[in-house]
Amino acid sequence: MPPAAGTPDDAVRPDTGDRGSLVDDLIHSFFALTIQGIALGAVYALIALGYTLVYGVLRLINFAHSEVFMYGTFATAWIFVLIGPGKDTHLGNVVGVLIVAFVASMIMSGLIALVVERIAYRRLIRNRAPSLIMLISAIGASITLSELMGQRAAISDWFGLRDNLSDYVSHPRDTYGMGGTTVNPTQLFKIGDYRITDIDIVVIVAAILMMVGLDFFVRKTKFGRGMRAVAQDPESAALMGVNSQRIVQLTFLLGGIMAGAAACLYMLRIGVTKPNVGFILGLKAFTAAVMGGIGNLRGALLGGLILGVAENYGSALVGTQWKDAVAFVLLILILLVRPSGILGEVLGKARA
Amino acid sequence: MSSDVVSAGKALLELDHVTIKFGGLTALDDVSFDIKEGEILGLIGPNGAGKTTCFNVMTGVYQATSGAIRFDGRPLAKLQRHKITKLGIARTFQNIRLFRSMSALDNVMVGADVHSKVGILNALFRTPRHRHTEAAAEQKARELLDFVGISGRADELASNLSYGDQRRLEIARALATGPKLLCLDEPAAGFNPAEKRQLMDLIRRVRDIGYTVLLIEHDMRLVMGVTDRIVVLEFGRKIAEGTPAEIRDNPAVIAAYLGVEEDADAS
Amino acid sequence: MSTAGTATSNLVRSGLQSFHDVSSSLWARVPKPKTKKGKAAWIVVGVVIAYALPLINLPVITTTGSDMASVLYDCIGYAIVAVGLNIVIGYAGLLDLGYVGFYAVGAYTVGTLTSEHWHWPFFLALPVAVVVTMVSGVLLGAPTLRVRGDYLAIVTLGFGEIVRIVITYTDWLGAATGIKAIPAPPSIGPNPPGPDGGLFDIAHLTWANGYPEVDPTKKTQFLVFGVIDIVPFYWLLLTVLVLIIVGDRLIKASRVGRAWEATREDEDAAEVMGVPTFKYKLLAFAMGAFIGGLSGAFFATRQGYISPTSFTAMLSEMFVAAVIIGGAGNRWGAIVGGVLVAYLPERFRNFADWRMLVFGIALLLLTTFRPQGIFPARATRRAVRAEQKIHELEGENVDVI
Repeated sequence: MPPAAGTPDDAVRPDTGDRGSLVDDLIHSFFALTIQGIALGAVYALIALGYTLVYGVLRLINFAHSEVFMYGTFATAWIFVLIGPGKDTHLGNVVGVLIVAFVASMIMSGLIALVVERIAYRRLIRNRAPSLIMLISAIGASITLSELMGQRAAISDWFGLRDNLSDYVSHPRDTYGMGGTTVNPTQLFKIGDYRITDIDIVVIVAAILMMVGLDFFVRKTKFGRGMRAVAQDPESAALMGVNSQRIVQLTFLLGGIMAGAAACLYMLRIGVTKPNVGFILGLKAFTAAVMGGIGNLRGALLGGLILGVAENYGSALVGTQWKDAVAFVLLILILLVRPSGILGEVLGKARA
Repeated sequence: MSSDVVSAGKALLELDHVTIKFGGLTALDDVSFDIKEGEILGLIGPNGAGKTTCFNVMTGVYQATSGAIRFDGRPLAKLQRHKITKLGIARTFQNIRLFRSMSALDNVMVGADVHSKVGILNALFRTPRHRHTEAAAEQKARELLDFVGISGRADELASNLSYGDQRRLEIARALATGPKLLCLDEPAAGFNPAEKRQLMDLIRRVRDIGYTVLLIEHDMRLVMGVTDRIVVLEFGRKIAEGTPAEIRDNPAVIAAYLGVEEDADAS
Repeated sequence: MSTAGTATSNLVRSGLQSFHDVSSSLWARVPKPKTKKGKAAWIVVGVVIAYALPLINLPVITTTGSDMASVLYDCIGYAIVAVGLNIVIGYAGLLDLGYVGFYAVGAYTVGTLTSEHWHWPFFLALPVAVVVTMVSGVLLGAPTLRVRGDYLAIVTLGFGEIVRIVITYTDWLGAATGIKAIPAPPSIGPNPPGPDGGLFDIAHLTWANGYPEVDPTKKTQFLVFGVIDIVPFYWLLLTVLVLIIVGDRLIKASRVGRAWEATREDEDAAEVMGVPTFKYKLLAFAMGAFIGGLSGAFFATRQGYISPTSFTAMLSEMFVAAVIIGGAGNRWGAIVGGVLVAYLPERFRNFADWRMLVFGIALLLLTTFRPQGIFPARATRRAVRAEQKIHELEGENVDVI
């Protein structure tokens, strides 16, 4: 997960020069920080689901998941460049584009996730490679994917397509927007003293729907049962006729789809992306997964929400530049105090 | 095999009404027995009886839900595993857990390092203390390899040894920690009868030079042949305790095993 | 698996193996002494060549476009880092993805003490930097080494990022502009670093006419640490590397090394055999921090200027790549890996942009086809050789039947 120089600030804070009234800041903007924190946290939660799914089934931290997310953001951006209005606009005007982008993003991320499984993990899983090797392979995949995006201008040059695709590939390492389209939030109703916007609602509702869908899938369908069987006891699962390779692919695919959804929602709120945007977000999402209890889907949701809100509160208290540090501090605290996470781990067997 | 071994030896390890529950499952139910100094005690029972659980709670891998375990009079509760080893309990593993990428000699020396008092600074400056400790550890390791019968294989990688030699190496490594009590977890699994006889000799020699031995085994002939006393578990409870002769004729034990006497070539 | 896939994997595997075989057979041809005296002489020769490298300016390997001594310095700096990280990853089996954090702590401690807030001489700041880094390593390791090993990777990654965030936004540490005017180590000899500086001059060679002759335009003053001539820096750092190699060897061949190996192989079994695994994991971490901080300190004094942009997570990943590609668990593999990672981008400057992509792909290829790296740890080599012997023996038996 190669690093970002820093993600754009997405918390709304009143600017007070007086550090002494930071707590006042917090109280004044409480509703703003909380609701925007929930929206932010919803994005973290969706990404965290990918980590927690794969870890629950394979005991593997999928380092490349951050790039799965990143490719989704680019898919959304490219759709907007392709068919977006190219100017400041409101959510109502771009519903169609947004839906297309949402689907495209999920497809892109899902595909990248499957590629990662095939190239970086499949052989190692089959050979029962030690976890250190699998982690190294994951890192290699992560770096490769990120660099491929960062070098897309030069790569498209090889195929002579650099000019045709210049809108999509030029300045490959710079921040990449949505082709001039900016979706401005429309304020709707008030909660407390904060006017919640349509974007806030879309993000939160979409995330919840995705998670409900995933939960249903895992608990009620044949595939979901297969996933849980493979997580608990791969050999018995095989004896019961479960094709564990298919299950592993499915696990990656589901995680990818969730990340794709997160990517589209992320672009809706933030509007820009970069080839290394996955790094920080991936770290935070994994933190969220651990906080909630690794392997635990509800835990990922809870962890994501808590992280989003805590980050906002934290940046109000100590300044926006320390926002990213909040996640890491929380991670260390959780590992110290309750390593199995708030809602407890859901791994196959009890671990010694 | 002597069935008139003095059973008045001091209790080295005491299990005192030990119960272990995992969630809803009771793995051990009010189990009490002693291991006396200098004896070879066998722990037997059908599959699922709780032998491994018992083993693990004695070596500190599991914590008892209730009851106490005392070693040499000292309670074992909540001690870290490596401290328990330092106290004097050593074990082998049912599924052989050697350090595969290290040589046989190095494996044993890891055990010998338990009582080493030199650390990184001594190593860095190769102080006389370090050199003495290293030389002593190596000598002890070689002696133990010789004792178990694999001295020719000292420099081979543990993963390259034959199955039988690996089992012997595990015993040597456990002995290197200088224990009072040596716990062997199914040491004869996978052996043919000749190898089992060699193992029985080895276990007797281990006891004869002063160690106390606890043995989990499935092979009745081996257990009857080498132990001084036997404890029988079934469904987490102790159902019998006594000399091999007493156990062989114990109806409860026979019922639990359904034909232990016919078990001629169990392995 | 598809035939194309099998063909490719065989190709890659045989490629890597041939590289290894060729270098091994070349190595086997070199007469190696059996006696202790012979070995010592050989080592001395090797060391002398290493010191003389920037003076000799060998044609093919010398970098164009950047100063060879400078590149060699970076190679040694990375080699030191790789040796340190090898202790953590290769010996103790702990995946540390935030090693750049230690590097930065060492560099910034030196920067703070020698330039930003005080004006200590470098050699006084150096031990403080190392101690501070070790303390940070212990503070980081104490809570995190107790939990599941997989988490360690993420936590160390986070640590590296926290360090970067702290140095970027803390004014006391120079914030985004960094720290300037970090002094070089004190020079020896009169009138440094002017034209008559240093105790004596050492000549360089040039191969411009196809054979070695003394280069009249370049000479190195002994021992002047200046901005233009990096050779004395290189010598200083090479000496540090030699000392670290010696220390590494002494520690590895002791109970500490055995405890690390046992912990890495099977932590639970090691615990049961009486190894206090947590203590030794922490020790490995502290050693890694020591070496990382040391290299960072030298980085600071050589550059004279440090800023947060030098200490990114990408650098951590390069460090890890160096150790894995070279061969985790083998200190020489780590050195080769570190040198490669520093040298190749400089030698092939045009491909600087592609550097990380190449490393990413290299890691993927390596984990799939040759996870033990170019120079595997000694034990793995023996295991592989043993397997080969068994294959040979089995081959003979088949003929008999």
